[in-house]
Amino acid sequence: MDIFLQQLINGITLGSVYAVVALGYTMVYGIIQLINFAHGEVVMIGAMVALTVIGLLAPLGFPPMLVVLIGTLCAMLVCVATAWSMEKLAYRPLRHAPRLAPLITAIGVSIILQHVAMLVWSRNVLAFPQIIHTVSYSVGGAQITNIQIAIVLLSVVLMASLSLLVYRTRLGTAMRATAQNAHVAALMGVDVDRVISMTFLIGAFLAAMAGVMVGSYYGVAQYTMGSMLGLKAFSAAVLGGIGHLPGAMLGGLVLGVVEALGAGYIGELTDLCHLQALSERLAERCAADGHLVLFGSNYQDVFAFIVLIVVLIVRPQGLLGERTGERA
Amino acid sequence: MTSHATNPRAWLGLLLIAVALIALPFALSMAGTAWVRIANLALLYVLLALGLNIVVGFAGLLDLGYIAFYAVGAYVYALLASPHFGLHLPFWIILPIGALLAALCGVVLGTPTLKLRGDYLAIVTLGFGEIIRIVLNNLSQPINLTNGPQGLARIDAFQLGPVHFAKRDVIFGIEITGPMKYYWLLLLLLMATLVLVVRLQNSRIGRAWEAIREDEIAARAMGIHTTAIKLLAFAIGASIGGLAGGVFAAVQGFVSPESFVLVESVMVVAMVVLGGMGNIPGVVFGALLLALVPELLRYSVEPLQQWMFGRAVVAPEVLRMLIFGFALVLVMRWRPAGLIPTLIRTRMVAQPSSTK
Repeated sequence: MDIFLQQLINGITLGSVYAVVALGYTMVYGIIQLINFAHGEVVMIGAMVALTVIGLLAPLGFPPMLVVLIGTLCAMLVCVATAWSMEKLAYRPLRHAPRLAPLITAIGVSIILQHVAMLVWSRNVLAFPQIIHTVSYSVGGAQITNIQIAIVLLSVVLMASLSLLVYRTRLGTAMRATAQNAHVAALMGVDVDRVISMTFLIGAFLAAMAGVMVGSYYGVAQYTMGSMLGLKAFSAAVLGGIGHLPGAMLGGLVLGVVEALGAGYIGELTDLCHLQALSERLAERCAADGHLVLFGSNYQDVFAFIVLIVVLIVRPQGLLGERTGERA
Repeated sequence: MTSHATNPRAWLGLLLIAVALIALPFALSMAGTAWVRIANLALLYVLLALGLNIVVGFAGLLDLGYIAFYAVGAYVYALLASPHFGLHLPFWIILPIGALLAALCGVVLGTPTLKLRGDYLAIVTLGFGEIIRIVLNNLSQPINLTNGPQGLARIDAFQLGPVHFAKRDVIFGIEITGPMKYYWLLLLLLMATLVLVVRLQNSRIGRAWEAIREDEIAARAMGIHTTAIKLLAFAIGASIGGLAGGVFAAVQGFVSPESFVLVESVMVVAMVVLGGMGNIPGVVFGALLLALVPELLRYSVEPLQQWMFGRAVVAPEVLRMLIFGFALVLVMRWRPAGLIPTLIRTRMVAQPSSTK
């Protein structure tokens, strides 16, 4: 039971990060139907910038919370600037291009960002400065750290604020109008270009936060960290129903929890030694090794995709997505 | 194409191109055998791009996990013709097995997922590609099937009667190296594939694909069995990928999951889109461009830096990828329908408001 609780806690933490990144994907997709492949790289840049700034400020003796705050702010600035130029220079000129063209551009941008980051921060795995002392609390036999609590709380706050922004402000109304029909929204006086820019900026803001969270959670950062994270987050967005904000949040959490539980249990579930009564040879090997695991926790990354595929086969529009008519 | 066939000058042109293509490895090997190998890899990419073009370009189904079929073909060849299991079957038996198995994978993936539209399909295929790679990476336990991340080495080269593809021969005083033999084989495969895809495009099936791509509901209303036709696109595309994978395993003599990462799938999609989706000359051009430009950069970037600054300021590998990234962005910026687009795409770009 305590393994279950522990993996659940880890899964919710990871899932919160996925959810925050997934929001960036889903918002951009909702508005301009673009899979912004470079979004994961923006998260990576957020983590890297925060790492550098925190590393520079840490020895100067400021209070740790302040240092992390400054680091996060710098990460936000750089991420927002990156996303703004990316949208302006790469995506905007392609707004009326055939559907796949912006996807290739996004791949190009992603390659550029990754390699620029490699030039700046080297290709090594860098240690993310752990200046806030980690404290573990014991809950029903499982451990939960203050970092994990902070990540989950922060994600909840971010998601709540984003929902307020999208459903209660003029900008949010404009965003939803643009998502429904950019042409008509423009006729109603919505500055579509500005709304799209803002969408990218909000996504980048969230990405910066996610970068700091994932960096302090794992304690490491590397120029390649954005790809898998981005992939999982995009899967989470699709899982929940792409273009749908609560869907991205739910998708992120589901994906995180499934992944953590899967990694925790698959080794035990597929241990062939449970079947040793069936075969003498099996029993012999089990006596020698103790375990004969068919699928180990190194299959962790597979779960995310298997869940995704299964959910999409059963519910092609995602968990919360509405069934839409075919768009010509 | 057929309308040019009656023109004798067109025939002469084709003949010249054919002679040039056949003679190319001799010219390349003067610059070094490495260049013949690069040409071989480029031809493999052209095969992959042509296969994916059936799925993405003809049928309009975005597949982001295409490299998985390449992996299936490569591992089938590697397992059936290497010391790993002690099997050494001849290549003309294994290649069709690999292609069939890849096609089967295509159908298995396609059957449940084809009711998904657009980007949902993209992410599922991407997930499938990753699953295949992770499974190949981990199937060294508990029974060692794929040898995990170390990959499979000492894979047999092709052998057809007395012709051994790993050995060099001297015929009439002309030296013929192993890579050159693979080059001609690949050229032959490429020609066969080209004939196949051109014939397919102009066939009833090709027109059905095009109809599905442009408007699936209308296509169904016209009596096209959309699921079967889409599955056919997946299967044919996958089998070309599987075939290319088998040759790849033999050419390299070594396979590991490293060769089948997501970036490779993305690269093949980029070749198809950059060249001009659905347009066969465009796709061939796009594949050659994206396969060769990074290699050319590899050989020019470092000497250039040495000459300018006296040392390598930026690692050539990084600079190569940076230039590559910018090239993708810039080409799409100015030629969003690809470098050599089909006519219909050109028209769509010219009048953007009419479509959405």
